[in-house]
Amino acid sequence: MVELSLPKNSKPVKGKHHAAPSGAKNVKRFDVYRYDPDKDATPRIDSYDVDLDTCGPMVLDGLLKIKDEMDQTLALRRSCREGICGSCAMNIDGGNTLACLKPIDECNGAVKIYPLPHMPVVKDLVPDLTHVYAQYASIEPWMKTETLPPSSSERLQSPEEREKLDGLWECILCFCCSTSCPSYWWNGDRYLGPAILLQAARWINDSRDEATGERLDNLEDPFRLYRCHTIMNCTQTCPKGLNPAKAIADIKMKLVERAG
Amino acid sequence: MSGPSHSLRSPLGRARGLGSAKEGLHHWWMQRLTSLALIPLAMWFVVSLIGLRQSDWEQYTLWISNPINATVMILFLGVTFHHAQSGMQVVLEDYVSSHGTRIASIVAVKFICYALAALSIVSVLIVAFGV
Repeated sequence: MVELSLPKNSKPVKGKHHAAPSGAKNVKRFDVYRYDPDKDATPRIDSYDVDLDTCGPMVLDGLLKIKDEMDQTLALRRSCREGICGSCAMNIDGGNTLACLKPIDECNGAVKIYPLPHMPVVKDLVPDLTHVYAQYASIEPWMKTETLPPSSSERLQSPEEREKLDGLWECILCFCCSTSCPSYWWNGDRYLGPAILLQAARWINDSRDEATGERLDNLEDPFRLYRCHTIMNCTQTCPKGLNPAKAIADIKMKLVERAG
Repeated sequence: MSGPSHSLRSPLGRARGLGSAKEGLHHWWMQRLTSLALIPLAMWFVVSLIGLRQSDWEQYTLWISNPINATVMILFLGVTFHHAQSGMQVVLEDYVSSHGTRIASIVAVKFICYALAALSIVSVLIVAFGV
């Protein structure tokens, strides 16, 4: 059945408190989810008082300051720190977003930080993305053609055809959307989720691809595609401002178009 | 997401699972069509009930024996129960993860909805024809 309450031993308990250095005037508390499945019986929420006068403006700056200066045991993913790699996706102040794009001063009260919801936790803020990456591989995200490319040029596309990929190619696969989707929470083993369906739409809408029908065949399934009930959490949470719900609706309309 | 699996199957194998059912469009489309049809049908039903609120049994039977009223009433009942079973199927698919329980409850809902649809339509006909 659907999990309306947290499974046993998943309710976070109050953890350690790390005070700010003495003399800090502009202090903001960060409440951070901590869990090491190998050692801890239950997750805990550690709190860190961060001196904002010596900290960058974004939540990722705060987390890196914590890791560098207060508690080196904190685990998180990060790389580009400018919203293009998608590594630092996490649940901040109640919404999924990229820590590097979320200003600390947008968070009311303490900055509450959890890993992406409803994914297995490797450690602290690091979710296990194995399944969602496998789902990405399952839609075969590469160009499939039988026609050979023109001998003297690359495969051509008109500006109008290229425009159809706008709003799709920008996705950085951070999975903020999929992990905000209740349908993906309940049926993520079979439902592909908004991130993967947006990627599928990216290839379905590519005029150079010759496997459109095969791609639609692979999506037409009560669970893979039709678990989307247009809840729109995906579109609301996307840190890149994309619209996965629209991409999914577009796939559904293509299936209608094909049928009649 | 389901919890950590102890299977040694590869992640891709697990993601592909049994493959695509290659259906789902018809169910989704019928849900949209029945909801569209229910907008005028439900409005007609409510307006009719308001118009009949002072009526006695004789006036009700006279009203339902009108061919137009009987036809629209049967359409309303048929579409309502079709829409109900198809919506309930989606709810059960969403929230019941055990395969056996899911199939059993979907079958039960369909049987009940179609039985109620048949019963209500037959009832309309009996009243309309004054059997």
